[in-house]
Amino acid sequence: MSSIGTGYDLSASQFSPDGRVFQVEYAFKAVENSGTAIALRGSDGVVFAVEKLVTSKLHEDCTGKRLFSVENHIGMAVGGLTADASAILDVAREEARSYRQNYSMPISLKYLNERISMYIHAHTLYSAIRPFGCAVIIGSYDPKDGPQMYMIDPAGVSFGYFGCAIGKAKQTAKTEIEKLNLKTMTCKELIKEAAKIIYMVHDELKDKQFELELSWVGSHTNGKHEEVPKDVFDDALKYAKASLDDDSGSDGE
Amino acid sequence: MFRNQYDSDVTVWSPQGRLHQVEYAMEAVKLGSAVVALKNKTHAAIVALKRAPNELSAYQKKIIPVDDHLGFSFSGLLADARILSKYMRSECSSHKFAHGDDLPVNRLMTKVSNRMQLCTQRYDKRPYGVGLLVAGYDDNGPHIYQTCPSANYTNCKAMAIGSRSQSARTYLERNLEAFKEASLEELLKHGMRALRDTLPNDVNLTSKNVSIAVVGKNQLFEIYDEETTQSKLSLIEGEERRAPVPTTDSSGGGSQPPQDGPGGAPPSDSVPAVAMETE
Amino acid sequence: MNVKHQSWIPGNFKSVPDTGRTAQHDVVQHGWTPITTTTSVLGVVFESGVALAADTLTSYGSMACFQNNPRILTVNQNIIVAAAGEYSDYQFIRDVVEDKVRTEKSLNDGISMKPKALHTWLSRVLYNRRTKMKPLWSTFLVAGVQNDVPFLGEVDKLGTAFVDEQIASGYGAYLALPLMRKAIDEKREKLNSKLTKDEAIDLLKKCMEVLYYRDARSHDKYQIGIVTKDSVEIQNLTLKPRWEVAKLVQGYE
Repeated sequence: MSSIGTGYDLSASQFSPDGRVFQVEYAFKAVENSGTAIALRGSDGVVFAVEKLVTSKLHEDCTGKRLFSVENHIGMAVGGLTADASAILDVAREEARSYRQNYSMPISLKYLNERISMYIHAHTLYSAIRPFGCAVIIGSYDPKDGPQMYMIDPAGVSFGYFGCAIGKAKQTAKTEIEKLNLKTMTCKELIKEAAKIIYMVHDELKDKQFELELSWVGSHTNGKHEEVPKDVFDDALKYAKASLDDDSGSDGE
Repeated sequence: MFRNQYDSDVTVWSPQGRLHQVEYAMEAVKLGSAVVALKNKTHAAIVALKRAPNELSAYQKKIIPVDDHLGFSFSGLLADARILSKYMRSECSSHKFAHGDDLPVNRLMTKVSNRMQLCTQRYDKRPYGVGLLVAGYDDNGPHIYQTCPSANYTNCKAMAIGSRSQSARTYLERNLEAFKEASLEELLKHGMRALRDTLPNDVNLTSKNVSIAVVGKNQLFEIYDEETTQSKLSLIEGEERRAPVPTTDSSGGGSQPPQDGPGGAPPSDSVPAVAMETE
Repeated sequence: MNVKHQSWIPGNFKSVPDTGRTAQHDVVQHGWTPITTTTSVLGVVFESGVALAADTLTSYGSMACFQNNPRILTVNQNIIVAAAGEYSDYQFIRDVVEDKVRTEKSLNDGISMKPKALHTWLSRVLYNRRTKMKPLWSTFLVAGVQNDVPFLGEVDKLGTAFVDEQIASGYGAYLALPLMRKAIDEKREKLNSKLTKDEAIDLLKKCMEVLYYRDARSHDKYQIGIVTKDSVEIQNLTLKPRWEVAKLVQGYE
């Protein structure tokens, strides 16, 4: 990498001669080291899926979750340093809370996205604080605006998406997501595809064990972000494993 | 030694997306004496190894009570642990004041973690150089939580941290299935055996160098006195000790960061003493 | 007495800075009179839960100003709260409590607020405000079921908190409480048992009627909230007019 050793890559408040802020680029690397997380926006909601890497037998199954609710109606998937992500989550919850306190209505995803993005971006401006080593995906559903989803990266840049992926295997996951006709699909269909993609991109050689995490928010949950029910989870898991067995010969990626 | 230009401050990302200062702080945890924590269906227990800085001194207290339903043991910098204990105590007591009830363990851990995260992101701070094993009991049952300087925290079935703790973890993993249904006495025996596995062959657990605490259903957080500790220790006395695990690097010592003083006890040391936890 | 030297004298409060400077004419007594008020609130424990009753009138002085202001709040599936006094102070507390509950839900950790905890919390908040000379001019009844045992507690604007099997505030304390005590005591003495749910509801209905015909700030539309283990029910009721009592009104011709 041309950045190393130039001395221009030691501070977030310093540009390199070719106009880049390397510290922020390095923070992206932290996200790329984490387990994959994807989110898909369909016709009636948003589904989240996370590859939760299990590093020790001694850990409880429920620990290390990476899918959260910011508020009842907003889901968040994170990738990167979990401690950083949990700090972001805290900020997001506080934003949602204070919005509701001021306006007696739930915060819109668009506005929340703007606020979190600004907060993360503010951490890329100074040498005294480091950029966040995490990326987040937020999603919600309401009858008026329909399903919405945004992804925010460590630079504080965010876009709305139909489907997005963060983490180790984001490239492969993106390729898979692009094969889907997201706009016409429902959450019930998407949740299976999401599970399948996570299983597909999981690298068994590098990371032995992992757990699948699934959640969704949509018209069928009355706009509430929830973990998927057990039967749906089991179905999705079965579908993922079955299609993996089918594909193993043909799909080299 | 182990130096590169990206490890000077906690605010600097390495090109690989790592935070070296945080990783070095994680090394500090490996220098403290070993701690084991485990739980069954109703109780959580901590079994910790205490050290005496020298022959004339008393053994360093190793388990810190926080509230009636929760306490912790630690490995690493004692002073940092005390700061965290002060914070945890104040959070627990303010929750008790406001709600007349115990603060659920997982919520305390989230608070602690978010507080620890702050010092991993600012130029004027350093990460806490301590790892905690928290044992607590609330409406959801007994809990063991582990925290790291990286501000990550993990809900564990059982865990061991500190110097040579890999042997203890190996023991815990092998016997994990037995813990859930075990009686409290059985549980403590497992804990003590796990801790004993971290010791060199010629050192043994005594009521002086072991500290035990339990918390659980109808059991407030309690650190056993010397007498009770002795009675628990006698439960595993005379058992044949497992052959030491042939690890040359049980404390992760090979890649240890520069450390002043007598850091990183070589496995041959008869007394597992590292002067990290002094008054 | 002024202390000349700033040295600390044990037990001498006047050496503590700022005390003794009590200029009573400086104190503006904001919030020392309620403006928009509600009248009595009743609560009674029965064998498997607790029932609360409160009408839906908010008075502006003696004017029956807002006739559809409910004041029984469903906190969660385990707690209901009813308030009497300044309506805006109730609304303030309601917003804070709802926020607490919402925050708790988003944590998704299977732990939810308990009645005793909310009762304690309210007592801390109200007592704190009273010591600041800015009382929240409200009385709150907290009802719920904790560890299978029904719980009913009151906190008033002074922060006085207590727990009882039957509670009534305002005029209710004079007019309804004796009726409630009688019903509960009779059941206990004769049958050594507690009121059933239906008996409790009938008792509250009777009390609300008694209050309606005597308390000039009461109203014929009211609510009864019933909380049993893991279920909450709010009933909307209207008193049937009884014109035969009209002839008892004398001396206004």
